[in-house]
Amino acid sequence: MPPGFSSSDFYYLMPELVITAGALLVLALDVLLPRAWERVLSWVTVAVILGAGLALVPSAGQNLTIARDLVAIDGFATFFKVLFLVAAALTVLMSPRYLTLENVHPGEYYFLVLCATLGMMFMAGGVDLITLFIGLETMAVSFYVLTGIIRPNKRSNEAAIKYFVLGAFSLGLLLYGMSILYGLTGSTHLRVIATSLVAGDGGLLLPFAVMLLVAGIGFKIAAVPFHMWAPDVYEGAPTPITAFLSVGSKAASFAMLLRIFVAGLPAFRADGLGTAWGQPFGWGAFFYVLAVVTMTVGNLAALTQGNIKRLLAYSSIAHAGYILIGIVAGSTRGVSAALVYLMIYAFMQLGAFAVVVMLRRKDIIGDELKDLTGLYATHPGAAIAMLVFMLSLGGIPPTAGFMGKFWVFGAAIDAGYVWLAVIGVLNSAVSLYYYIRIVVFMWISEEEEKSAAFGISPAVATVLAVTLAMTVLLGIYPRLLFDFAQASAASLGSVPSLGLR
Amino acid sequence: MTPITPYHYLVLSAALFMLGVIGVMTRRNIIIIFMSIELMLNAVNINLAAFSQQLHNAVGQVFAIFVVAVAAAEAAIGLGIILAFYRNKETLNIDEMNILRW
Repeated sequence: MPPGFSSSDFYYLMPELVITAGALLVLALDVLLPRAWERVLSWVTVAVILGAGLALVPSAGQNLTIARDLVAIDGFATFFKVLFLVAAALTVLMSPRYLTLENVHPGEYYFLVLCATLGMMFMAGGVDLITLFIGLETMAVSFYVLTGIIRPNKRSNEAAIKYFVLGAFSLGLLLYGMSILYGLTGSTHLRVIATSLVAGDGGLLLPFAVMLLVAGIGFKIAAVPFHMWAPDVYEGAPTPITAFLSVGSKAASFAMLLRIFVAGLPAFRADGLGTAWGQPFGWGAFFYVLAVVTMTVGNLAALTQGNIKRLLAYSSIAHAGYILIGIVAGSTRGVSAALVYLMIYAFMQLGAFAVVVMLRRKDIIGDELKDLTGLYATHPGAAIAMLVFMLSLGGIPPTAGFMGKFWVFGAAIDAGYVWLAVIGVLNSAVSLYYYIRIVVFMWISEEEEKSAAFGISPAVATVLAVTLAMTVLLGIYPRLLFDFAQASAASLGSVPSLGLR
Repeated sequence: MTPITPYHYLVLSAALFMLGVIGVMTRRNIIIIFMSIELMLNAVNINLAAFSQQLHNAVGQVFAIFVVAVAAAEAAIGLGIILAFYRNKETLNIDEMNILRW
């Protein structure tokens, strides 16, 4: 049994501690500051996130576990923490004007955004089932409230209820799976689970537990057939929260998926869970099926949508399918491809949602496709940015989205899953139809000037500039991200032992 | 008299879990659905406590306490959300949650 907390634990937990202290600070300032100063809160929140980013620097290149062997400080955790902090900062930047329009009180909003970020960081760092589950719940509970934070709005209420019920249901499935894993191994630590489970353990219990875990996490990453909540929640939630949900929550759930399956159950990827039609199968087979169905259903459903947020929801379901391809491939290359894709996806998705946030004006909700009409005539800059995001989401070179797809499909072919890559390529071809449809709407000009001019706040302009720059930059010079992701993926499952529990 | 073994607890837990899942799938009142979810979480707790007893290992009980704490937090949040919804729509029937659909 390792000794209790030491000072180095706090040193490496600094990013989480900064976020926690910052969240409490925001809550206190909200009470103490006069109403007219409310706008300061968003800047305080951004400062807190930047501070957490600075506190992350000592973790770079480390590979150890802290806090009585519960939390890993490795490249994998650091990669995801960078992603979460970037996503949180961009979300906060696109929020202030939207919150004023929706009449949402900013104090608890920013507090909850920081709490959700905190939960995500523990989902990426946790190497113990209990830590992972507490991180997941910290994030999910914050998101339930954030989704329903526009209290007078029926759409927001309804989205919150649907998200809450299905989220809690999926938690039940996940926990039941975890309890069986504990029963089979006597430990909740992923490394102990990985080393003590052998094929045939527990008879049918192990495949059953894996199925429950796949279903539970499938809900969180919105993989078909566990995706029903996603379009409704994405449409009803406040738009900046939709952006954060589709990027942060999804990435965090993928981090947890990779931890549990790649680090916790590495022996059962290709076989060991049983045989079906004479073929041995492992959890890779579950994700193979999920990936194919998720891509196909997500893209086909997106074709007919008239609401931008709903369309982007289905598109994000489809993207979860592409990321699953990397996980099916299973190799270090596959995992690093999934990481690369998640990072690139974060920038293009946040950028696209920033444009949707901009469209929200007084009396105009601005989330229908027709609200984009004439955007090029009135705001050419925003329209061109949106064009780049759409091309990137569709996977057209030389944007970042192409690089992400190229790597994921490359990893699949490398690992022998040629058909999976073929299905993926066909799906991206289908997806181009609806991405181009959005672009067409922006370039149509209407006589009656329905798309009246609206101001772009400097904060949203910053978000657009950053996401646009990263989408283009990572498309032209992806080397940096690839090296980072490869080093991170290599650290997964290679945590040195500090002693067994 | 047959002694009560961990196996009996697992059967009880599985039955409770199935009841919860069926409740979530078939009931239409949001509060009942919520209670069914709590049933699922309590099935997990029985599982953890039984395994903990069988393995002579306290981790399971610690896990169960965390689950109880999280379930309490979820209940607080969930009832708040349900209350906000009820104020606007005056119904608890999930069939009437139909603004968001394709």
